[in-house]
Amino acid sequence: MLEVKNLHKVYDGHGRRVTAVGDLTFSVPEGQFACVVGPSGCGKTTLLRVMAGLLPATSGEVRVQDTPVTAPPPGLAVVFQEYGRSLFPWLRVRENVELPLKAQGMARAERRELATEALAAVGLADAHSAYPWQLSGGMQQRVAIARAIAYQPRVLLMDEPFAAVDAQTRADLEDLVRSVWKQFGVTLLFVTHDIDEAVYLGQRVIVLSASPTTVAQDLTIDLPAERDQLTTRADPRFTELRGQVYARIQKVKAPASEGAPA
Amino acid sequence: MRYLQRAVLLIGLPVLLLAAWWFGSAGSEDFYRPSLSSIVDAFGQTWTWEMFQQQVFPSLWRLVVGYLLAVLVGVALGVLIGTFRSVRSLLEPVLEFLRAFPPPVLVPVAILLSGIGDRTKILVIVFGCVWPVLLNTIEGVRGRDEVLSDTCRSYGITGSLRLRHLVLRAASPQIMTGARQALPLAIILMVISEMMAANEGLGFTVLQFQRGFQIPEMWSGVLLLGVIGIVLSLLFRLAERSLLGWYHGQRAGQREW
Repeated sequence: MLEVKNLHKVYDGHGRRVTAVGDLTFSVPEGQFACVVGPSGCGKTTLLRVMAGLLPATSGEVRVQDTPVTAPPPGLAVVFQEYGRSLFPWLRVRENVELPLKAQGMARAERRELATEALAAVGLADAHSAYPWQLSGGMQQRVAIARAIAYQPRVLLMDEPFAAVDAQTRADLEDLVRSVWKQFGVTLLFVTHDIDEAVYLGQRVIVLSASPTTVAQDLTIDLPAERDQLTTRADPRFTELRGQVYARIQKVKAPASEGAPA
Repeated sequence: MRYLQRAVLLIGLPVLLLAAWWFGSAGSEDFYRPSLSSIVDAFGQTWTWEMFQQQVFPSLWRLVVGYLLAVLVGVALGVLIGTFRSVRSLLEPVLEFLRAFPPPVLVPVAILLSGIGDRTKILVIVFGCVWPVLLNTIEGVRGRDEVLSDTCRSYGITGSLRLRHLVLRAASPQIMTGARQALPLAIILMVISEMMAANEGLGFTVLQFQRGFQIPEMWSGVLLLGVIGIVLSLLFRLAERSLLGWYHGQRAGQREW
């Protein structure tokens, strides 16, 4: 479904070469909820932008639904971290959700139906005619998620979507993403720097090393499918898994902080 | 109460200045500085409906056409230049050269080329007003948020939909800034072009009054120009409020946080 093979990305500019992604290989089967975590500055966003077709790879390839990615692939939606900047401030909530559908040439009635369903799924059934800037940060990110769902993607990429919201909103949004994933059956790749969040959300956690990035660990999260902020986080297995991921990240972080050669 | 306070603040100074002029000039014997009351009398007698039809409306027509053309050309060129780097490097030296001309200097040239008709005057207005619109549009198009551009690419929003919903809207605050700067320029150029080459129009009429020593009438023409300026800027504000409602709302929201 989503395949990354020997992905390598070098930024080349002003006589300085920075290797952002070293050699990355992994694949996500259809319908899986995978989380990617890694130390800060490990090229998570670069990886996501290459997968989304927004940035060309230096070498290696990304395939979405068996098609190599060279431009933003159809059937793939992205939820960006900066919700405040990814919604159109001059369009109302409903128009924001409908615009990508309009670009596909979808008929008005169908657009309307999809937008209504998506907004209901994120709990914004009564905010259709508001402007994004009239909503709180958490609600704005809900609109962005609704826009992604209405697009009916097979693959959904999320780039640290909750990094800028407060802790309580964050917990709500985490549960929302789980329920959206179940309801719409998408393949979901969720990039985060938060270990707890990764373990709580995913069926699988891919731990990246520090830059130049490789896969440091690929961990199956064998927590029950029904998750709950209280019971799941209190589950001894949760603590154990998060400990494992934490230890792994500390280990991959260490050489970078000592200034090891890239 | 608050409305009253605002109204007083808004019209307080103009009323004060007019009052000072009125009483300061009352009973004036000076031929060149007539009393405001005689100017007001002349105003009523001079600017009849017929006068409006013959002198004012043609001027306003040229003003509006020239101004709108300038905005249209400025935005279209600005979008092209702001979007394509090659167009920018191609046109920039020429534009810098053209921009250095004071527009009134174009009037004699334009008269030679296309006579003293409407075309010349509209051309002069366009030439003078296009720059602030053009430069601001370029900045607006180039300064667009990258996350929004990425969003459009990811969601397949391209072509005219992208132009309408991303490029123009994102640049619209700057476009409006340019258009606001161009508005008084348009009035100035309208008057100047009519003073240099015309047989009708507001600028022409004011000049005729001055040459014919009809001093209160001349002053009344100047007042009328001022009133036209105020009305146009009020109309502009109304248009801006409806076009940029989102922008002011967003900024007010950010200040609150």
